[in-house]
Amino acid sequence: MSEKNTLPLKERMKIVRTHMPELDPEIRSRNFEEVNLGLPPADALTEATRCIACAKPGCVMQCPVGVKIKEVVALIYAGDYLAAAAKMREDNALPAITGRVCPQENQCEGGCVLGRKSAPVAIGNLERFIADYERRSGKLGLPAIAPSTGKSVAIVGSGPAGLSCAGDLIQKGHRVRVFEALHELGGVLVYGIPEFRLPKSIVKTEVDNLRRMGVEFETNVVVGKSVTIDELMRIEGYDAVFIATGAGLPQFLGIPGEHFNGVYSANEFLTRTNLMRAYQFPEFDEPIYDCRGRDVIVVGGGNTAMDAVRTARRLGARTATLVYRRSEAEMPARAEEVKHARQEGIEFQMLTAPVEFLGDEKGWLTGARCVRMELAEADASGRRRPIPVAGSEFILPANVVIIGVGTTANPLIQSTTPDLKTNSHNYIAADPETTRTSKRGVFAGGDIVTGSATVILAMGAGRKAAAAIHEYLTSDGRWELETSGL
Amino acid sequence: MYKIVEARCVGLNIKQFVVEAPRIARKQRPGQFVILRLHERGERIPLTIKAADPAAGTVTIVVQAVGKTTSMLNCLEAGDSILDVVGPLGHPSEIANYGTVAILAGSVGTAMALPTAYALKEAGNHVVFIEGARSAEMVIFEDEVRQASSETYIMTDDGSYGEQGLVTRKLNDMIAAGREIDFVLAVGPVPMMRAVAQLTAPLGIKTMVSLNSIMVDGTGMCGGCRVLLDGKSKFACVDGPEFDASMVDFGVLMQRNAMYRDKECESLKQFNEHKDEQLERLREELAAGEKHYV
Ligand SMILES: Cc1cc2nc3c(=O)[nH]c(=O)nc-3n(C[C@H](O)[C@H](O)[C@H](O)COP(=O)(O)OP(=O)(O)OC[C@H]3O[C@@H](n4cnc5c(N)ncnc54)[C@H](O)[C@@H]3O)c2cc1C
Ligand SMILES: Cc1cc2nc3c(=O)[nH]c(=O)nc-3n(C[C@H](O)[C@H](O)[C@H](O)COP(=O)(O)OP(=O)(O)OC[C@H]3O[C@@H](n4cnc5c(N)ncnc54)[C@H](O)[C@@H]3O)c2cc1C
Ligand code: SF4
Ligand code: SF4
Ligand code: FES
Repeated sequence: MSEKNTLPLKERMKIVRTHMPELDPEIRSRNFEEVNLGLPPADALTEATRCIACAKPGCVMQCPVGVKIKEVVALIYAGDYLAAAAKMREDNALPAITGRVCPQENQCEGGCVLGRKSAPVAIGNLERFIADYERRSGKLGLPAIAPSTGKSVAIVGSGPAGLSCAGDLIQKGHRVRVFEALHELGGVLVYGIPEFRLPKSIVKTEVDNLRRMGVEFETNVVVGKSVTIDELMRIEGYDAVFIATGAGLPQFLGIPGEHFNGVYSANEFLTRTNLMRAYQFPEFDEPIYDCRGRDVIVVGGGNTAMDAVRTARRLGARTATLVYRRSEAEMPARAEEVKHARQEGIEFQMLTAPVEFLGDEKGWLTGARCVRMELAEADASGRRRPIPVAGSEFILPANVVIIGVGTTANPLIQSTTPDLKTNSHNYIAADPETTRTSKRGVFAGGDIVTGSATVILAMGAGRKAAAAIHEYLTSDGRWELETSGL
Repeated sequence: MYKIVEARCVGLNIKQFVVEAPRIARKQRPGQFVILRLHERGERIPLTIKAADPAAGTVTIVVQAVGKTTSMLNCLEAGDSILDVVGPLGHPSEIANYGTVAILAGSVGTAMALPTAYALKEAGNHVVFIEGARSAEMVIFEDEVRQASSETYIMTDDGSYGEQGLVTRKLNDMIAAGREIDFVLAVGPVPMMRAVAQLTAPLGIKTMVSLNSIMVDGTGMCGGCRVLLDGKSKFACVDGPEFDASMVDFGVLMQRNAMYRDKECESLKQFNEHKDEQLERLREELAAGEKHYV
């Protein structure tokens, strides 16, 4: 304990960033095992040694939930992994998950001062290291639970926002019940993000921990259909509700041929493979289109598209091609996923967009008519707008097309809760600070408020909501919204 | 877990189950469905709710064995459980007083149409129920159909019961004889629904069909259930399952429903070869799950 890093700064800065060991691309592109194997302890120590313990750490400022990275890293250096994990958990309820899926290059590591001259401290890898250590040690100290307040909270949706909110509220002594539409808990973490990036067992451990802390879970409840928000409050007696239903509605392109057999939304393709384990057919009953020896195109440039194209590769696709209308520099996917995809033989068709899907007379997809794009001047959003290049059309053969161009809000709750205000895209309007909605006692956060964002932002929203709900339940219950303009 | 409190065969390969599902029983409206999953490796399949008893907390489903999941389900008995049941899903049928309503239902579609038939009759309509089946032993729920309608016809393909011929022939004959029909609902195999649409569209009779596209989540999340309506995609699970027949592209529906045919055959073959083992495993899993799913 309390061992301090005494290596001179100059020396520290000479140490090269350690490398995350990974499965061989040749082998891993044929299975669903996790690609990254985790840092060995010696490398974790080396990595921790690199940190120069800035007075004003840019890493912390760039982490959306302000994880005390400097202190965590110092505890890793001192070899006290459990203390490091505990420090981590003060701000981040799901470190084993965020360590794996945060876009670190735009967040913590993007803010690390070492990145200016060489490579930033591998904060994500360290975060994963201590979280995995803690989980494997079986010594996760469950936090103390306050005496019962007699209040109860319903949480709708079991993604990162819902789970982290549940974790905080149960500690405050409230009764907490999470309602989930699907048969499995975890939201996008189980139906979207594939096993090779985030093993399901990790999500399951987090859920089990919450169960042990007393959180109740009820699967197979579609709020808005099986029960409404009003019924939860008036009939079932919940004092507050947190809506964390994500942005799960898939967008299609609206171009001709989208009904051909072989055209999937990324959500369907990933749900069939991840949630329903179609890659283990016929051991599992859910089928998926046989990609073996076939050509697969995935449209999009974000994490979802990247997950779909790498999944198709693992299902045996002969060619797995990513088609994106901007250039690689604009791709929103995590840098590591892009790197891994390349290693796995994914082909990239940048500055390309499909304009029509083609099929045979029986309705099976045969290809996509595509057009090349070029980037115009940056628009108001600061992004360069792609415009089609005249006369550049060509045909990409394909048996499967997966559309991963984004998702929007699912309207099931909004349409059955008339006094819940929404914005123009049907996302729920909520105060960014208090997560309060226009409806008394109802809070909302995560993707259902912001639109598709990140795991850590959803988690942060869940924790904010927990604090606000606790305050609401333990104060005079005023519901002041005048200030927030809702 | 959802306990089966009653199970009985109601026709050839068709079984009716009463299942404990209190939330669903409270909210069900005619035309809505559930999605269920039988075991940890199971797929999710949609089934219409035939009836609900909110006081007893149960819903009734009727299942025709066509592939692996429905075959496995139809091996279950009272006392067994279903791992997952979610619902009620989809829009309820639109109930109004149209005047004279013709309901055309084929095979298990009869069970699916019954709750809507009752509701339409209740709403003051004169309900003509035309039930179709391949042969006598496929005719189901005759008594209930008679109760739910004001006028009942049973049609069999082979003439072994009721009148011989297709349900559309009966409707056609009625219209030809000058019967005014104000509204039509067709529930059954896709070719039957298409034939109904072709018959009523030129006559301008408002016609609804219940589309049975392949589904996964049933909440609008995957888009796998999409159907083509006047060239636009709609999700059958949340926008339907009932749609205006004159807008439906039935060809696309049939084509998409055939998407997994090879795999479905493989699955069913495997199940039939290892039926006893698979059922034993299912029951073991459910028994172990009893503790797990409190
Ligand atoms: C394929 C994919 C890959 C991604 N990769 C990354 C990544 O690498 N890094 C990253 O930071 N982010 C990533 N994201 C984004 C991230 O997963 C989301 O921003 C995050 O999960 C949002 O969390 P949430 O809790 O708001 O909602 P979700 O995780 O979407 O969870 C919402 C839950 O609510 C349930 N639900 C919905 N409606 C109802 C209802 N009416 N009643 C009951 N339950 C309901 C849903 O079934 C779901 O389980 C990815 C997203 C996808 C789709
Ligand atoms: C809204 C809705 C309500 C339904 N209600 C009922 C009901 O009350 N009773 C009932 O018996 N069936 C009903 N079905 C059909 C039922 O869902 C399918 O028969 C079932 O999914 C087949 O599963 P399986 O594994 O046994 O067969 P599979 O092996 O999946 O399929 C066997 C055969 O059935 C066809 N098929 C596959 N999926 C469907 C499907 N979703 N709809 C129609 N045909 C399909 C296949 O093309 C194949 O020919 C309904 C379907 C929908 C969409
Ligand atoms: S939560 Fe994400 S952004 Fe914050 S430190 Fe961890 S990996 Fe970095
Ligand atoms: S910015 Fe980098 S070097 Fe500075 S404290 Fe954070 S991790 Fe350490
Ligand atoms: S079944 Fe997935 S959207 Fe309809």
